[in-house]
Amino acid sequence: MKHLLSIEDLSAAQIHHLLELTDHMVEVSSRPIPKVPALRGKNVVSLFFEDSTRTRTSFDTAAKRLSADTMNFAISSSSVNKGESLRDTIETISAMGVDAFVVRHKSSGAPQMVTRWTNASIINAGDGWHQHPTQALLDCFTIRTSLNRRDGFDGLHIAIVGDIKHSRVARSDVQAFAALGARVTLVAPPTLLPPSLDGWPVEVSHDLDALLPHLDVLYLLRVQRERMDDALLPSLDEYSAMYGLTPARAARMAPHALVMHPGPMNRGVEMVADPGELPGSVILNQVTNGVAVRMAVLFWLLGSGADLKSSDLKGDAS
Amino acid sequence: MTRLLITGGTLLDQHGERAGDLAIEDGHIVAVRDGAGPRLTGDTVLDASECIVAPGFVDLHVHLREPGKEEAETIETGSRAAALGGFTAVVAMPNTDPAQDCVAVVDFVRAQGRKAGLCEVLPSGCITIGRAGEQLAPYGELAAAGVHLFTDDGNGVQDPQLMRRALEYAKPLGIVLAQHCEVTALTKGAVMHEGSCCSRLGLPGWPALAEELMVFRDIELVRLTGVPMHFLHLSTARSVQLVRQAKAEGLPITAEATPHHFTLTDEQLGGYDPVFKVNPPLRTRADIDAIKAGLADGTIDAIATDHAPHAPHTKEMPLDQAPPGMVGLETALALAITELDMPLADIVAALSWQPAAIAGVADRHGRPIAVGEPANLTVFHPTQQWAVVPAQLASKSRNTPYAGRTVQGKVRHTIFEGNPVVIDSAAQR
Repeated sequence: MKHLLSIEDLSAAQIHHLLELTDHMVEVSSRPIPKVPALRGKNVVSLFFEDSTRTRTSFDTAAKRLSADTMNFAISSSSVNKGESLRDTIETISAMGVDAFVVRHKSSGAPQMVTRWTNASIINAGDGWHQHPTQALLDCFTIRTSLNRRDGFDGLHIAIVGDIKHSRVARSDVQAFAALGARVTLVAPPTLLPPSLDGWPVEVSHDLDALLPHLDVLYLLRVQRERMDDALLPSLDEYSAMYGLTPARAARMAPHALVMHPGPMNRGVEMVADPGELPGSVILNQVTNGVAVRMAVLFWLLGSGADLKSSDLKGDAS
Repeated sequence: MTRLLITGGTLLDQHGERAGDLAIEDGHIVAVRDGAGPRLTGDTVLDASECIVAPGFVDLHVHLREPGKEEAETIETGSRAAALGGFTAVVAMPNTDPAQDCVAVVDFVRAQGRKAGLCEVLPSGCITIGRAGEQLAPYGELAAAGVHLFTDDGNGVQDPQLMRRALEYAKPLGIVLAQHCEVTALTKGAVMHEGSCCSRLGLPGWPALAEELMVFRDIELVRLTGVPMHFLHLSTARSVQLVRQAKAEGLPITAEATPHHFTLTDEQLGGYDPVFKVNPPLRTRADIDAIKAGLADGTIDAIATDHAPHAPHTKEMPLDQAPPGMVGLETALALAITELDMPLADIVAALSWQPAAIAGVADRHGRPIAVGEPANLTVFHPTQQWAVVPAQLASKSRNTPYAGRTVQGKVRHTIFEGNPVVIDSAAQR
């Protein structure tokens, strides 16, 4: 594998492999000095055309724990609009010597375009409404760990609730959860669903309350305030009333069920309850696991082949 | 006076097919020899064996980018691409900078076309000043300057009251208004056809409905006003059906379709390559089938290219930021022959005399091949195979979606006003 652009490109076996690799990275991260030499001499460049402090920091931390060199370019999309083409930007930075680009872009498909203009590996850190594959992997890892499902998600029922239409997280998660065997239900008003769900391995519901007691995972998406301007929603209050996680709704969930969110949360909209008071909330675990998953992805694409050698993860003596 | 001969070909026009040689002098056909009779003599002889000799093609829809975007195309380079594609006349869309909404600009475009001397460049006029959809352009002055087809192409006229007034005002002038059908309230931010592909790719969709609503509205405005209208680049099955029905009711409506809308689907966008971004967007297999059926039964009168050159760097952007459009002049005939299940005579009709009538140039283009007629002719080999190589295009831009594709049917010679502007697939100026 050269790039990680979309969950669609991964087989179930490859997803399992990455999750197993992540187990090792969790172990590394738990050490007193969480740093190994696996990617020493590799240059990992973060290219964020759209702001995202948390994802960029997570990748940066992952690369550093593997001893890669890191560079950060925060490129405002306006500078691109001023005339420099995406191609010029990529070719210029590539000329400095790059092993992997971590690309975040507001345009769907931008990371795929970037692959034309560089020999470096491309890791999609979120493109438009399209994909956010490392988010899906960390979500899978979190479910796998929290529900002790090392062998897959057969029999699990996962609901993804909220603005599916505009969500790269939803597109990635649907493919990853389904690949691992889960039953996935999308819950949203019809205006926040994509125009077509042909070929999506999902069911659709508009009735969260009917679904709640049967779920193993409730995955909430962020609902952005500007959606009301496009007449997609009457009001955020109405959204909360119909689809928000209130304490009353939380109480109707199965005791073992998880509550997840990719962040940042819109408190009082999709998340009405205090997440700190939800026993099933694994939202902070998602963030923690994000670093280990991104270590696994970087190692997988840049390390010494797909198989882990014991020397790769030996503590850095220096 | 030089005398040009075209020998050994099959003549094909609105009167059918027959073997024949032609002699051309002073811009006109001066002799036709079909089978019997003494051999014609001349100074220059163009071989047309195994080829069809047809009236020159007329493209109702090209963007020549001059004035304003000469980095992408000029009237000269676009004319050369047209001649190589077998076109002897092209209608230049008005979305130049400045726009073709006044006599000075249309005169400039026409003059640049004459200077290039490769085909007749027919400037269209705007429906509204600056294509802004607010104030009528001076149709009277522009018509007096020779403009026949008026459009805000790239923009549909959104305001139904304004469109009604435009048609009413145009009535005594004998001009044709041509609509780019798109209700923009439904296409905000749209990048590609709304359907399963855009849903998977995470791109905002351009619903078929946005085109069909305006087609429907304008059919009703034609019914109300009795003024003829032409629909540009129809892309959906339902649009074709609406036009079919309107024509059956006798309304004065004509329509065109582009080669890309009868050859490519929205699935081409799967790799996010902006070369496949076009407006209206590539649609589904069912839409392609409907466009083909519309061409075959005459619902769609003309094959028009919507030749839309873009400088390479503007297409090296993410899909949502790249401009829509693809070049098409040099591949239109071959795609029609390769992809359409239609008799060759019907394909030539849709490329030649039918669009000539819509463009208002039926007095000099798309004429029968006969003594005394103006010599605007295309000689093409109907079965020759060739591969599309972007770097070999005469257009200044390279944004063809057919790179590497092998197609069938190649223009060999093009005669414009009696001059061989293309000989053996090479431009002569």
